[in-house]
Amino acid sequence: MLSCYRILDLTDERAFICGRALSDFGAEVIKIEKPGGDPSRFRGPFYKDDPDPKKNLWWFSFNSNKKGITLDIETKEGKEVLLKLVKTADAVLESFPRGYLDGLQLGYKDLSEINPGIILTSISGFGREGPYRDYKDPDIVVRALGGLIYTSGYEDRPPLTVSYHHTHCLGAMNGAVGTMIALSQRALTGKGQHVEGITQQALDIVCSAEIEGPYALFGEIPTRHGRARAAVTLKDASTFYNPLLWECQDGYLALNLLLNPTAARNNLSMMEFIKQDGISIGSFETWEWDKKSWEDMSREQAEELMEVLGKFFLNHTKDELLKLATENRFQLGPCNNAGDVLKYPQLVDRGFWKEIEHPELGKSLKYPGGAVMTTQGYVGIKHRAPLIGEHNDEIYQELGLSAAELATLKANRVI
Amino acid sequence: MTKKPFEGVKIIQLCWAGVGVYTLNYLSHYGATTIRVETATRPDPVRLFAPFAPTNKEGEPVGLERSAFFSITHTAPELGISLNFKQPEAIEVFKKLVAWADVVGEGFPTGVMDKLGLDYEGLKEVNPEIIMFRTCGYGHTGPMADQPGFGSILTAVTMMDTMVGYPDRPPVPPSTYYTDQLSPMYGSLAIMAALDYRRRTGKGQYIDHAQIEAGLNYMTPLILDYQANDRELAMKGNKCDYAAPHGIYKCKGDDRWVAVAVMTDEEWQSFARVIGSPDWAKDKKYVTAASRVENSDELDRRVVAWTVNYSPEQVQEMLQKAGVGAGLVANAKDLDEDPQLKHYNFYRELDHPYMGKLRYYHPDPIKLSAAEADMHRPVLLGEHTDYVCTDILGMPRDEVERLRQKGVFD
Repeated sequence: MLSCYRILDLTDERAFICGRALSDFGAEVIKIEKPGGDPSRFRGPFYKDDPDPKKNLWWFSFNSNKKGITLDIETKEGKEVLLKLVKTADAVLESFPRGYLDGLQLGYKDLSEINPGIILTSISGFGREGPYRDYKDPDIVVRALGGLIYTSGYEDRPPLTVSYHHTHCLGAMNGAVGTMIALSQRALTGKGQHVEGITQQALDIVCSAEIEGPYALFGEIPTRHGRARAAVTLKDASTFYNPLLWECQDGYLALNLLLNPTAARNNLSMMEFIKQDGISIGSFETWEWDKKSWEDMSREQAEELMEVLGKFFLNHTKDELLKLATENRFQLGPCNNAGDVLKYPQLVDRGFWKEIEHPELGKSLKYPGGAVMTTQGYVGIKHRAPLIGEHNDEIYQELGLSAAELATLKANRVI
Repeated sequence: MTKKPFEGVKIIQLCWAGVGVYTLNYLSHYGATTIRVETATRPDPVRLFAPFAPTNKEGEPVGLERSAFFSITHTAPELGISLNFKQPEAIEVFKKLVAWADVVGEGFPTGVMDKLGLDYEGLKEVNPEIIMFRTCGYGHTGPMADQPGFGSILTAVTMMDTMVGYPDRPPVPPSTYYTDQLSPMYGSLAIMAALDYRRRTGKGQYIDHAQIEAGLNYMTPLILDYQANDRELAMKGNKCDYAAPHGIYKCKGDDRWVAVAVMTDEEWQSFARVIGSPDWAKDKKYVTAASRVENSDELDRRVVAWTVNYSPEQVQEMLQKAGVGAGLVANAKDLDEDPQLKHYNFYRELDHPYMGKLRYYHPDPIKLSAAEADMHRPVLLGEHTDYVCTDILGMPRDEVERLRQKGVFD
């Protein structure tokens, strides 16, 4: 759909997903890395744990579909080549520290003089203005200031961040959307602009209803309660936190416990399954599911219900509970890990997983398919990420560089 | 005046809950004309989600206009029309809207629109160039197509509930509805790409957005690691495989914490200077990242012995000034007062007829040099029914009145 657009990708590993998402919709995205390979290639995880920059799994993940060229934009010659490329491009993506590109005379002003339609998209943790503009923004720091750590974890230990450092992907994906907004505006005005995708603000949107809502309305500051994250009000007007996650025989599951008359049929039928297991449902034998809600429940009863459900889930595996949920429209789902999602029946049925060839490894790997399916062509992964400088000849020849010029650039380690 | 990015784009929003609304906000904030279709006979469940804004009118029922959750997601200008699809003539009015629109966005489980004859084929008969965006939990084909998709469950099935935790305890959720805020960006890209494509080719399309599939696109490295190395993500608490100190450290005050991440050897030197170059920091077991990681338990105890003497704001300031990553573990009040968010005018105060003035509405996490986000308080249910029927659809007033009597606008 977007094959008419050329996008130059200067981002580091935090923002690779931005250009990747645009390439999923067909844009020609050219990943530009330093001669010898992007620094992120040297940090794992690697294919078969072999620390080879050509086998980096993060690179595979978020640079697939892109073309890859090497270019040292800090040299005079490299800068000239980049500016030539900018003339042929619609957007440039970057995530350097603030001021870096300006210092090389490659800032928005410089680029737009060469190409007034160019869109420069800058992705950062906090934004390029304001008091945090020069802050270091590692994953855990942005996540902390974005409000997502304080409410995660157990009461008796420090709050928790993620063990999978993906947080900057949120700002980067907003950078992708911002790039499309700017391209849409350019179609009306003919002019490019400078776009920012900001991770801290993307995190604030994640916590707005749950965390900012109670504070704006009542001055309440939500804290952390382990897995018990769904706050409800009981009969005595106290707040009860019921678990989002539960333990089952071979892992965990998520339950969305709706306790109001609209969910009566589902709740009654779940009680029947529980009794079939030989588990007593105690006072819930006489509970009026079709009339009552959390607001009618005492704390003792709420705790009793948690115990009943806890016993039931421990009796079953994730697969059994998924089957039960699908057949009965129960609002529960397994906490999948990677092994689970690869065999998740719904995804298999939709042909979601795409086998992508890696000829250099003599192997293919399964990648997530497109984030959407459309009637105007396939969206999603098409081919593996580029090797170091894989498309140098193609891109530079198309740009009109002669063989002699290319040889000189190579000799000077510009490409 | 400069044209807005989506000036002239006409959208029908038929979305329940979060994902569809977040998705369309990116267009409605930037110039699209959006009409939200609802009915009080079967309201959006989010309108019934607590917490509710208190009322100063004694005894006033909560109703459908006071949910914090609803209000915080509807921050873009929207026109509201009420249509009860149980009335056949409501379907006719809806089809007039489809003929007017460029994009129809809906967020029901598979089957709901189809039973009304309002699937893509149905809409195409009315408007061959229409772009239909459908979002649901599991996608519109397959054995789970008709399952309702709640964010808290989709967070689990997309692996996102197994990425926060300590090695010795069960994992905890990263937030309540994580996929609700991660999957919309892919939806917006799809609609914007479709509009762009239609501008060039005249062709509309159908977009099937499965939140499980959009969510899993963020998880690719873990899925490859499993296939390549037979490894599932291990819970690491707040530790990092290649950097130390890296953690959440206690500070002065009640439940006050700071995040500190020393990512390079150079940053380690700066960190040591800020904490007063103590003798222990010169120990060679702390010289390289690898040896700091190896000795991270001991190192963490030394770091916290320093941080407890200061507020998290002080630690943040001292370390960031020295070029070391550090940040307050912000709670709701800290976010409200955050100077960086203030600089970007992130939280905005809007006045609402039922909720009063609240300063928690926010635009998208995007800053454009040539366009401002248009912000508006949440639309009321059916707020512009008359305006939409007469001024946009050109229906005669007496016809609108006749339909109202029949309950079409309930």
